[in-house]
Amino acid sequence: MALSVGFWVLAAVTVAGALVVVAARNVFRGALSLVLSLVAVAGIYITLSADFLAGVQVLVYVGAITILLIIGIMLTHEVQQAGTPNRFRVPAFLVSVVFLGVMAFVFLQTPWHTAPAGTAALTPTAGSLADKLFEPGGFLLTVEVAGVLLLAAVIGAIALARDK
Amino acid sequence: MVGLGHYLVLSAVLFSIGLYGALAKRNAIAIMLCIEIMLNGVNIALTAFSRYGTPTALTGQVFALFIMVVAAAEAAVGIAIVMTIYRNRGSIDATKIDLMKW
Repeated sequence: MALSVGFWVLAAVTVAGALVVVAARNVFRGALSLVLSLVAVAGIYITLSADFLAGVQVLVYVGAITILLIIGIMLTHEVQQAGTPNRFRVPAFLVSVVFLGVMAFVFLQTPWHTAPAGTAALTPTAGSLADKLFEPGGFLLTVEVAGVLLLAAVIGAIALARDK
Repeated sequence: MVGLGHYLVLSAVLFSIGLYGALAKRNAIAIMLCIEIMLNGVNIALTAFSRYGTPTALTGQVFALFIMVVAAAEAAVGIAIVMTIYRNRGSIDATKIDLMKW
């Protein structure tokens, strides 16, 4: 019961925050609203008993990515009317609504193979996730590739943004 | 009782909001904000499948972690590109960045 109430409150905050991001004229306010939305998504991870993911969400998304985007907003002086839509506003709206309808229909009509209703989830997940990531037969190669990807991205960002 | 369908519909709603913003915004950074919303919608779907489909395997959560890694890389490179465009052209209006349009 408490889980349901938590889900509905967090889902409402998430969607409201996302709508403000899309609707706000002032892109800085949009970024702050995105922070709110992302924190609510971290709460949704907790209702899914994904505690480690919730921590990573706050650290990486709220702590790093949004701050990076806010720095970008502050370095480009187009804050005030930056949120104005382009001329594809109506087609984009139609595409989004049709996409939402199709996806909701598919999600709700597909008979998903779910585990039996009372199955308890793993908590805490940090140790099990570490096993999954670093044990042989897990995702060890993918972890290495992700590290190389981050290194390449950081070097590329430095090379792009540096003064010639 | 909240179940898998609720989380999936929430993720679809978030993805659609982000999709509209990414298609309809002028400012390049606003487009990146909307892309982050879309990635979060996908992450919610993955985590919900992980919770309700295979509650003890955690594979969906691992996928969500890797999406976060890719999102961080994307944000870093994206901001660098936006900064370079702003320095060279004095504007980050995505409708005016059309050098490579046919």
